Order: sequence, then structure tokens, then C-alpha cells
Amino acid sequence: MKFSDVYTEGKRHILVADDEFINRELLENILSDEYDVLKAEDGEMALEMIRHNRNTLSLILLDLIMPKMNGMDVLKVVSEDPDLKGIPVIVLTSDQDSEVMSLKKGAVDFIPKPYPQPDVIKARISRSIELAEGRQIISATERDELTGLYTIEYFYRYSNQVDKFFPAEAMDALCFDVNHFHVLNERFGMEKGDEILKLIARRLESIFGDPRCIICRKTADTFLVYCPHRDDYKKVAEEVCDLGGDIETAIKIRVGVYSCCDKKLDIHARFDRAKIAADKIRNNYSVLVSDFDEKLIDAELFAEQLVEEFPKALAGKQFQVYFQPKFDIRGDKPVLSSAEALVRWCHPKLGMISPGAFIPLFEEDGLIVQLDEYVWRGAAEQIAEWKKRLGISVPVSINLSRAEMYDPKLVETMEQITGDNGITTKDLLLEITESAYVSDSAQIVERVKTLREHGFFIEMDDFGSGYSSLNMISELPIDALKLDMMFIRNAFNKLKDTRMISIVIDIADYLGVPVIAEGVETEEQYLALKKLGCAIIQGYYFSKPLPAADFEKLLLDKKSSE
Amino acid sequence: MLTIDALQAFGADTADGLNRCMGNADFYIRLIGKAMDDKNFAALETALNAKDLDAAFEAAHSLKGVLGNLALTPIYKPVFEMTELLRARTDTDYGPMLSEVLTKKAELKALMD
Repeated sequence: MKFSDVYTEGKRHILVADDEFINRELLENILSDEYDVLKAEDGEMALEMIRHNRNTLSLILLDLIMPKMNGMDVLKVVSEDPDLKGIPVIVLTSDQDSEVMSLKKGAVDFIPKPYPQPDVIKARISRSIELAEGRQIISATERDELTGLYTIEYFYRYSNQVDKFFPAEAMDALCFDVNHFHVLNERFGMEKGDEILKLIARRLESIFGDPRCIICRKTADTFLVYCPHRDDYKKVAEEVCDLGGDIETAIKIRVGVYSCCDKKLDIHARFDRAKIAADKIRNNYSVLVSDFDEKLIDAELFAEQLVEEFPKALAGKQFQVYFQPKFDIRGDKPVLSSAEALVRWCHPKLGMISPGAFIPLFEEDGLIVQLDEYVWRGAAEQIAEWKKRLGISVPVSINLSRAEMYDPKLVETMEQITGDNGITTKDLLLEITESAYVSDSAQIVERVKTLREHGFFIEMDDFGSGYSSLNMISELPIDALKLDMMFIRNAFNKLKDTRMISIVIDIADYLGVPVIAEGVETEEQYLALKKLGCAIIQGYYFSKPLPAADFEKLLLDKKSSE
Repeated sequence: MLTIDALQAFGADTADGLNRCMGNADFYIRLIGKAMDDKNFAALETALNAKDLDAAFEAAHSLKGVLGNLALTPIYKPVFEMTELLRARTDTDYGPMLSEVLTKKAELKALMD
């Protein structure tokens, strides 16, 4: 939509604030052909109307002497409020002294009383509006260089214009994100990545061709659309995903929809909501469209609270290390073989907080590094304590995130932890998620090799959730494959198709490493996995993650049965 | 029924007034009718009787704007003079000016009936 189209589509809004009925009527009569005229009888009413209509008012005509609050005070408030000061004010006055004074105080012009010729009034008004609108947009560049769509500054401005001219239209705020765009860039190169972004831009333009639709590219791979309400976003998302041409791989788009948005909310806030909705399905590739829900705001606030309280919680030892047993099922009876250390947050007010609620947050904020080290040390201390007090050695695996794999001091830290506690690399196993290998394989593979050279045992976690190529897997330095939980869930859903699991077990056999299945919840799953040749099992079927004291009982049971 | 001719005979600058009303005579005459009921006439009289020059200035100032816009010159002129004197809070006898205002207003009002 071009700016000039907006001019012709509807009328701008002007507020006439004057306590004299006759003066208001005269101005309305002069202006109503070209503008929608709002009227206020005193200063307080004027200010209230200005605030209420701040996104749509093009100009204020302000009488200086009015009851309740005089015009000069209204002018002062408007010119000092960042939300209001973009609205030009023309002062209506019969005193020459006030003319100069009001210009100094921020009015853009004045109209004397008795009023001059109507044409003069109209010319002054239209010139003031043009100047104000020009001033607001002159500082920004209108078009995004790559896609030719609007830039974000213009986008917000034009979206406000649409509201101004179509106040009754129900509008949707949309946020389109490309899932893992950086992976596309890495796989195909920046040039191809740019081409994909341009294709998405063209596709959005053809879908949202209505002149009331405004589209922009906000950042690298995020597009915003402001458009009249519709309810076919699933179809829209599919159309955007299916770019055709010579794009070798289907791109995955997610759309956050804040439909029939509340126009009283600032335009930025409306798109924040669309973004929140889009991020809710960030890692869920099966869902393309996500609607904004007020509950999401609560979730955001909750998330903020957790991040804020993290330092206190860490210092106050609110985080506890739990141990989920792993069982070797190769023999006649399952035998306790090891455990995975998992973190739990015992919040003094909120009780037990699920790791699913805070781990993703801390990963985003980088706090995960501190939390992980806390867990690693906690696990190591516990392993050492059992060894010393009970004479039992049980290997416990700990999780390493992608960020930690880049830490040049990682090997040093790990050796320090084992050294400090008098345990060995055979006691502390390392789980590294498959997706860490994919994002920057060469560097990660080197780091893993070094860890192995220092004697650490590496389990590849969440295998099957990333995008490892078979070619790459054969070169990976690993000691065990841990099957992604989704494999187990999908294999035992209605279709009962366990073929993928057999393939993974074959791969593990080829590599000469055992397969560990996690998320095993039923006897049926356990028996099937055993039959398929899976070596080790972890999951609620055998045991949920346990506090150290409860896990200790399992250790003692095992010892006494030996 | 007030006519443009009668207004002109009264001394109003009807060309100017009509111009501000975009040439709409009915609208012009309707607004003049409204102006006759403007509460600031009474407010001005009350304030002057009470020697409240601040309130008198506000009332005169408002009337000046309205009468000027309607180009009702015979009433506008004395109101204009009063406004300037009141702006400086000049202590003078406003009686003759006020009575001229009220006389001219009554004259115009008579034309309307």
C-alpha cells in the first residue's frame, strides 16, 4: 500500500477544542468536507480526547482560553508527552501576544480570531499536517533493501494510518517466522538464504494484496503483517511454506496470530503479542499457526519472574539434583546400571517447578551454564559420597548444552570436577544432544574427541531429533546412542510401527555402541525394545527421577541382591 | 425572520460573516440566533457589577471571538474596546460601553422576531 493511497481512502481526524459553540460549529462547517471533526468544549475534555485518539488524530485546533484547563496547559502536556507530541497543534487566538507564546510552547501555527478566509484556514491546516507527517517519517528509510517490503518504522506508521482510515475494520496482527533459518543459511549459503527471504516477501505480497494490508520484514527472517481479519491462516502458512521454484527443501514457517486485535493497545504491543504466539510453537514443526491467548501474557510474566529469581535460587540451593535410574535389559532381569542426573527446582513459594518450565528459559538467557555446572558438581559430590560411604560405584550421566560445548575451558572444568571429588571419568558420563553436533559439527566433533581422549564416556542424547546425516554419524566420536523420546512415542502410537527403532539399533550396532531408550512408559514398550535389541532403558516404567535418598535405596537393594 | 439584508442594514459585515459560513445564509443566521443566547453577555454584566475584572475579561474575550467571527460589527466594536481595557485590568467606567453592547444586542434581537 502506498502512502498516497491512504490519503485518498478516508478522512483524517481533527480535534477542535473551543468552549464557544459557535466557533466550533464554524470550524466544523469549514472542515467537515475534508476531515472528520471531533469537538471538545473545555481543556480537560480536549486532553481526554487527545489521549484516547492519539493514534488517529492528525491535528489539534486549540483555543487558548477555556474553562477547567486552559489551552496553554493542554499544549504543554501534549508537547511534553512522547506519545502525544507527534500530533501538531494549531492555536486559535485573538491576541497577538499569545501567538508568539504558543509557538514557543510547541504549537506549529496559529489561526487568529476572527477567523480568516476558510481557504486560508484549510491551507494552514493541510500544510501543518503534511509537515508533521513528513517530519515523522523523514528520519526513516521506507523500504527494506533486500525484500522491498516496508521497514519496521514505516510499517508501524502505516499500520496506524490504516487504523485511522478504517477504524471499524477488525484487524489481525501477524508474525511470520522461518524455523531455523540460520540452518538454511548454513546449508545452502547466504545467497540462497536471501533468495528464500525474497520469495517469502513476494508470496506474502500476493496473499495480502488488499490495499489495507501492510507488510514488513522486521529482522532477518521475521515478517509482520497487519491486515483485515481472516480465518484461513493454516492455508496461508502452507502457501508461504511451499515456495516452489528450485528451493531444494521445504521451508518451515510458523505464524503467530493476534486476531481482531485490541486497537487501544499500542501498535508495538499488538505485534509483541503476535510474536509471543509465534514463539510458542518455535520447536513444534507439526503446527504452523498459533493464536495469541491472554494466558500467554501470564506465561511471559511467569517466565520473567523465574529468570529474575534465578540467582537467589541458585545461592539458596533451591535446585536439587535428582537421579533417574537406567536399567540394562540385555539379561534375563533388568539390572540397575547407571543414572541420569536431572535438575528439579523446589521453589519456596511455588513448590516444585517442572524443568520444562525453566530450562528453555535459562537456555535462552545463558543462565543454563551456571545451572548446569551446579548440577554437574552436585552429581559428582553425590557419586563420591556413595562411593565413600556405601562402597558403591554408579555411573551418572550429566547433560551438556550446545553453549557449553563451545567453552574452551570445558575439558578443564570437567577434570576439575572429577578431581575435586576424587572420582574418575568412568563415574561421570556426558550426554551431548544431537542437535549440538549439527549446528557446527567440525568444532563440536573436535571438542568431543578431546573429551574422549581425556577418558570421558560420551552419550549422544536425543538421537533422531536433529538432522545428522548418516555419513556424519559414522565419523562421530561417541560411546552410546540415546534414542529421542519422540521415537518411542511415535513407534508405539496407533500404528505400532517400530521399524525406525530397528534402523537406529542397526546403526548403533554398526558403530559398535549400545542404544539407550528413554521415555519408556509401558511394559509393552519395554518388551518390544528388549526384543529389538535395545541395551539400556530409562523411563517411568521402571522409575521416575528420584531424590538422592530414594535412589540410594535402589543402590542398596542391588548391592544386597548381588 | 432575520434576513441578510436586514443584517447588513443593522451594520454587520455580512460578506465577511457569510464567507466564514461557506456562503450558507441559513447556517449564518442560525448561528447568530445562538449567539444571542450566549451566556457570556450575562456573565460580563454580572462581573462588571461586582467589579470582578478577571471574570469580566474572560467573558468579554470569549464574546469578542464569537462576535468577530459572525461579523456583528456594531456589537463587536464595543466588546473589542472593553476587552482591551479589561486585558490591562483598567479601572474605568465600563457602564456606557456595556449599555451600548446590550442596546445593539437588543436591536439585533428585535430583527429576529
